[in-house]
Amino acid sequence: MTQAPAQIITLTIDGLPLEARAGQTVLEVCRENGIQIPTLCHDPRLEPYGACRLCIVQIEGVRGFPTSCTTRVAEGMSVTTNSPEIADLRRSIVELLLSDHELRCLSCDSAGACALQDIAYEFGIEESPYTGERHRVREGQDDNDLIERDYSKCILCGRCVRICHEVQGCDVVGYTDRGFEAIPNTPYALSLEAAGCEFCGQCVSTCPVGALTDKPSRYQGRVWETTRVESICGYCGVGCTVEYHVKDGRIISTGAPIGRGVNGGNLCAKGRYGWSFTHSPDRLTAPLVRRDGKLVEVTWDEAVRVVADNLARIRDEHGPGAVGGLASAKCTNEENYLFQKLLRTAIGTHNIDHCARL
Amino acid sequence: MTNSVADLGQADVILVIGSNTTEAHPIVGIELKRAALRGTRIVVVDPRRIKLVDHAKDWLRIQPGTNVALFNAMARVIVEEGLIDEAFVSERTEGFEALRDHVLRVDLDEAARITGIPVVKIREVARAYASAERASIVYCMGVTQFATGTAQVRTLANLAMLTGQIGRPGTGVNPLRGQSNVQGACDLGCLPDCLPGYQSVSDRDTLDRFCDFWGSERELPAEAGLTLVEMIHAAARGELKALYVMGENPVLSDPDQAHVIEALENLDFFVVQDIFLTETAKLADVVLPAATFLEKDGTYTSTDRRVQLGRKVVDAPGEAKTDLEIVTLVANAMGLGWDEDSPRDVMVEMGAVTPQYGGITYSRLEAEGGLQWPCPDASHPGTPILHVDGFPRGRAAFAVADHTPPAELPDVEFPMVLLTGRHLWNFHTNTMTGRSVGLAELNAAGYVEISPKDAESLCLCEGDRVEVASRRGACVANVRITPGLEPGVVFMPFHFADAPANRLTSGAALDPDSKMPGLKTTPVRISRIV
Ligand code: SF4
Ligand code: SF4
Ligand code: FES
Repeated sequence: MTQAPAQIITLTIDGLPLEARAGQTVLEVCRENGIQIPTLCHDPRLEPYGACRLCIVQIEGVRGFPTSCTTRVAEGMSVTTNSPEIADLRRSIVELLLSDHELRCLSCDSAGACALQDIAYEFGIEESPYTGERHRVREGQDDNDLIERDYSKCILCGRCVRICHEVQGCDVVGYTDRGFEAIPNTPYALSLEAAGCEFCGQCVSTCPVGALTDKPSRYQGRVWETTRVESICGYCGVGCTVEYHVKDGRIISTGAPIGRGVNGGNLCAKGRYGWSFTHSPDRLTAPLVRRDGKLVEVTWDEAVRVVADNLARIRDEHGPGAVGGLASAKCTNEENYLFQKLLRTAIGTHNIDHCARL
Repeated sequence: MTNSVADLGQADVILVIGSNTTEAHPIVGIELKRAALRGTRIVVVDPRRIKLVDHAKDWLRIQPGTNVALFNAMARVIVEEGLIDEAFVSERTEGFEALRDHVLRVDLDEAARITGIPVVKIREVARAYASAERASIVYCMGVTQFATGTAQVRTLANLAMLTGQIGRPGTGVNPLRGQSNVQGACDLGCLPDCLPGYQSVSDRDTLDRFCDFWGSERELPAEAGLTLVEMIHAAARGELKALYVMGENPVLSDPDQAHVIEALENLDFFVVQDIFLTETAKLADVVLPAATFLEKDGTYTSTDRRVQLGRKVVDAPGEAKTDLEIVTLVANAMGLGWDEDSPRDVMVEMGAVTPQYGGITYSRLEAEGGLQWPCPDASHPGTPILHVDGFPRGRAAFAVADHTPPAELPDVEFPMVLLTGRHLWNFHTNTMTGRSVGLAELNAAGYVEISPKDAESLCLCEGDRVEVASRRGACVANVRITPGLEPGVVFMPFHFADAPANRLTSGAALDPDSKMPGLKTTPVRISRIV
């Protein structure tokens, strides 16, 4: 709703005098200024939550260790983002999480793009010091072809539950059970489809670990083996920014960079999962010309000749009005421009349209 | 859109009309749902209980095809209750008196009877829209895909003009475009009545200027060519002899499939350029293999007039080429002597003849991201909101139009009304989504949605096979019983070749201005297959 321009606030972070806008969180201001703070339950697309406590800081005059992702900046605030105590606390949080996490990084599709792995690496934690029983089970699997759920890797950050509610407005997953047994799951452990899932994959996109992964890209390639190309989605007219992940000349998965484009990191089912058609064996790979009633493969030279000759013949025999063209709402601006120029200059007709109306 | 997707969230009230936003434009759907969570009042006007209704304050279940009656009734309430923005009306519009006299003759009880929406609800929504600090209108094919589409759009725009809900963030009249580059194809002159930049073909000087620029000897007529549906009719009559289709699948997407096929078969020469051997390509004399959007560079213009750069992600398979390369080959085979320009070069040429794109270049797009037209010169930042200070034609004209019932009405033989539309998991004629692993399986076949009451009276259960027939043809589909559909109304998506909804629709009655066929109100009959 109607927004007023933000008021400017001054504060110090790690001794650095900084400016911030009223209403920003300490974490946001740190990120804007290149100050690193580890987080697990934070996603800029979601409301601040404060569950993992990894983002703790110290603030002068404030008792204990507030979470930077939920603390709003205030005038004159003085923040410390790292200290031996903070590091100790963070380390024990990570150790505790690892104690109930199925460490199967070898075959985990999130390896290399896992916030837990990164932070364990940062602290030099090689294995979990706790050896007690593991509680979480791999529940939640169902036979959909898009989303893999393995809650033995879940760290209970709640991001999937929140994105499904706050952004998608779907409420497909929520916390079931309590305490150690708690996992995010569908009501009555229904399949995702039966629970009304839209398969937007937003929950996969926010999961910081390997608990939620995309099935179409399973075992197709590691994050570090892919090249990433940012482009525009080819489906509806919203024009979302999509990042395609490519290995050996084939797309293996997609993502949307947070904060970029109209979608700001969000995607729908078509944009996120609608890419493998491009590698379909049904693709046309050679020009075809009809001979004796059948379409047969020919060279480009020949096909283009047949097209040019026939269009010219009909134009000359029946007049420019006997020729028409349908451009495409799926082609680029440049292609559409050239297409209408072709019809208007080679034929001399305005019989040009496309399926804008359909 | 007059405004940007991102500023929808600033509205206090949003009227969503004939747009199944969460399915057809899911990311705009997200904006609407989040706005609702923050307190924005969403008003859905739709014959179906679409998902957005769960997030809306009001759902006006309108009788299909009666939008004009609703918009005129709302205009009456706004005028009668003194809710107009006097300053806006007097400074920026014309034709107010005629509109006022017209809408004051509208009988609200009659409007309620036609639309199925109670008078109190019409009043309440009109008041909420008019008195909101910022109110926005979002609409889609449920407003335009009628033989009266132009009247619907214009009587809808009346509401924004009466109340000054335009030209500011969180306001405006915002059509959503269904495909990645509908907007761009229109902007760049793929229209029978417009050259690039919406410059009219009926102006001889403009035509001459373009022909000079293109170095073209060929005389161009100073009158509009044929629209898509008119071309199909002309082909059926034998007047149109050759058709060149680039990346469209009219056999599934156009009304009255049998007629479309007959027309295409009647052509002397038919060439189709596509990525798959579509239902349409199968009928062609020549098929040219094209690259997908993932295999080429180029720009696309999104629904909020944002020109953005698409980048090549992978190589095209086999000998497939980009549409740009193919069109250039054909042009040169026809003796036009074009340079083999890259997309970047073509943008420079386009910008020179399309004023709205004059300041858009690849280097700017690379550096700045998308640019919203009009962007007339290199220093112009683009235009997120249209009509801030004025309208292109000076004053905006109010439109006076009456509700007219659809040309084809239900009768004893075809007693139900068919609506067509889209599903979240499928796109257009399903050539791409239907071949994307994981997505394809979710909605593999066509279906028809029927209200529980109709299902009961026809003795139908979920998943039963039925024949859906209209005056033009029939197809077979699985039944989905859908609470929230009104008895007498059925819905089919048009995506599926196995149950092509457009076998049933009609292209006979066209909107006099937009030439849009009426696809949303087809009388049909449902019968169980035994
Ligand atoms: S895919 Fe989307 S709708 Fe389904 S559970 Fe995840 S966030 Fe929710
Ligand atoms: S599944 Fe992933 S996103 Fe959801 S709570 Fe577990 S770790 Fe967090
Ligand atoms: S990121 Fe702040 S508590 Fe998790």
